[in-house]
Amino acid sequence: MGISVKGASKKFGDFVALEDISIEVPDGSLTALLGPSGSGKSTLLRVIAGLEQPDAGRIVISDRDTTDVPVQDRGVGFVFQHYAAFKHMTVKNNIAFGLSIRKRPRKEIDTRVRELLQLVHLDGFADRYPSQLSGGQRQRMALARALAVEPEVLLLDEPFGALDANVRKELRVWLRRLHEEVHVTTIFVTHDQEEAMDVAEQIVVMNEGRIEQTGAPRDLYDHPSTEFVMGFVGPVNRRGALFIRPHDLEILQVPAVEAEEAMIERIVHLGFEARVELLLADGEQLWAQMTLAEAELMELAAGQIVYARPRHAKVFEPSGASRTEELAAA
Amino acid sequence: MPASRTASRLGLRFFAVGYLSMLLLIPVGMIFYRAFEHGAGAAWAAVTTPEALHAFYLTILIAAIAVSANTIFGVGCALLLVRTKFRGKALINAAIDLPFAISPVVIGLSLYLLYGREGWFGGWLLDNGIQVLFSLPGMVLATIFVSLPFVVREVVPVLHEIGDEQEQAAQTLGANWWQTFRRITLPAIRWGVAYGVVLATARALGEFGAVAVVSGRVVGQTETAPLWVWREFGQFNLTGAYTASLVLAMLAIGTLLAMNAFKRKEA
Repeated sequence: MGISVKGASKKFGDFVALEDISIEVPDGSLTALLGPSGSGKSTLLRVIAGLEQPDAGRIVISDRDTTDVPVQDRGVGFVFQHYAAFKHMTVKNNIAFGLSIRKRPRKEIDTRVRELLQLVHLDGFADRYPSQLSGGQRQRMALARALAVEPEVLLLDEPFGALDANVRKELRVWLRRLHEEVHVTTIFVTHDQEEAMDVAEQIVVMNEGRIEQTGAPRDLYDHPSTEFVMGFVGPVNRRGALFIRPHDLEILQVPAVEAEEAMIERIVHLGFEARVELLLADGEQLWAQMTLAEAELMELAAGQIVYARPRHAKVFEPSGASRTEELAAA
Repeated sequence: MPASRTASRLGLRFFAVGYLSMLLLIPVGMIFYRAFEHGAGAAWAAVTTPEALHAFYLTILIAAIAVSANTIFGVGCALLLVRTKFRGKALINAAIDLPFAISPVVIGLSLYLLYGREGWFGGWLLDNGIQVLFSLPGMVLATIFVSLPFVVREVVPVLHEIGDEQEQAAQTLGANWWQTFRRITLPAIRWGVAYGVVLATARALGEFGAVAVVSGRVVGQTETAPLWVWREFGQFNLTGAYTASLVLAMLAIGTLLAMNAFKRKEA
């Protein structure tokens, strides 16, 4: 059940968009494809949907090999970054489109549309046109339209990418709740690691057409298996071969073993937390994350000389293995 | 500063109005005035002779066939150019503008060469009882040729602008090619099509050169309204010539207004 992709490859001219990709998406799960632009995540989603044909590999949706099934018959719901609203149709007709293509009776369509309008909190907007809706409302309409045909899988391509930061956060929470309600196997594409961590149960990190790592959000953060994942999922400092999370960088006011002298360049106040930007003697820069209360207790200020020491750091061996060094304990 | 800016804006406006007046409004206005110089009765009598009525009928018939053909071809061709990739696309793209570049008389002559008795197709067609030159098919062909680019050129930018995401969304919802075209693409491009049709109609109604060459100008048989106007003018039957010109202009303007009214009603 769910979705499996087996050895999918895709090239656009000389550009390798997907290189031998295999993933398993459990039935009913909410999975994020995370990666920078050009990493192949959208292409993978479009290959699963049938909007692109892979050069090699198989796509299996709910135990059915759909590689050669045309997009119309795959039973996927697809939501686009820029909504792809049918501009000349009312909200009601947008949502009813898939059902009217299937020639369902009028009554059934009306009932279903009403249910969906409620589900996406658009009751009262049935007779509006997409141009009369906000971005967030348009995207919710697009979601209702995709859900109307009861797809086996729901595919979302950067669904919140075109929205304001506030609306984006609101819709994230809403999407998670919606998924708990309808429980359809869902894959969504994003380049925003915070969004992926917030919404998904499983994250697939992609880079340059390959999969870097697959795992639960916490796993990826705590046990990144590559430098790329370490840098992409969560913030990171790099010092020589060491990768240090900013909250693992300890600031001391007296010299100590393994601690390096540094000058505080700037302190950024971000509500609960503070971001302390440091300049080392050799000119490299690091930053440390701590609570604002801690920073105030230590009376940190720009221009001060302090000593920075990683509590622990990660080292990635050229062989691909990685180890965690507990430096503060040494 | 503001005074000189106002002056320059006024100057520009005066120039634009003057230019348009000299080149467009005054000539058309003169025709209007001269048509009714001897009263509405004389004007009416001049354009309701059997010959004149036949000429109008022929012009409208030819325009209707040519514009329909160009609308279907134009939309299809625009879809091909925007939504697909193939070799030789640049060539087709350039070829579509040929009617803009070539003089209508030359277009008429080229049809003459192809469909005349000595032409490539003409001999075979005549042997099989199909007369292209000096009859309706030739005149329709000539009119299609000269009014071909309008619908394509109006629809291509609209297709680019709407993108293909709506079409893809329709497909993921189960719509096949035809359903997608009829329910998504066509409604989205309808104003581009409508504008192309208006321009093509105006061009088809007024076509003179190409039709003059291929029609043979048989009075009461292959004489279109513009040809009739030209003949009347040559025979110093000025009231008829001017009135008929006016009717032609009104037909074109009428198409434009009908389209506008339709658009307003929908919005």
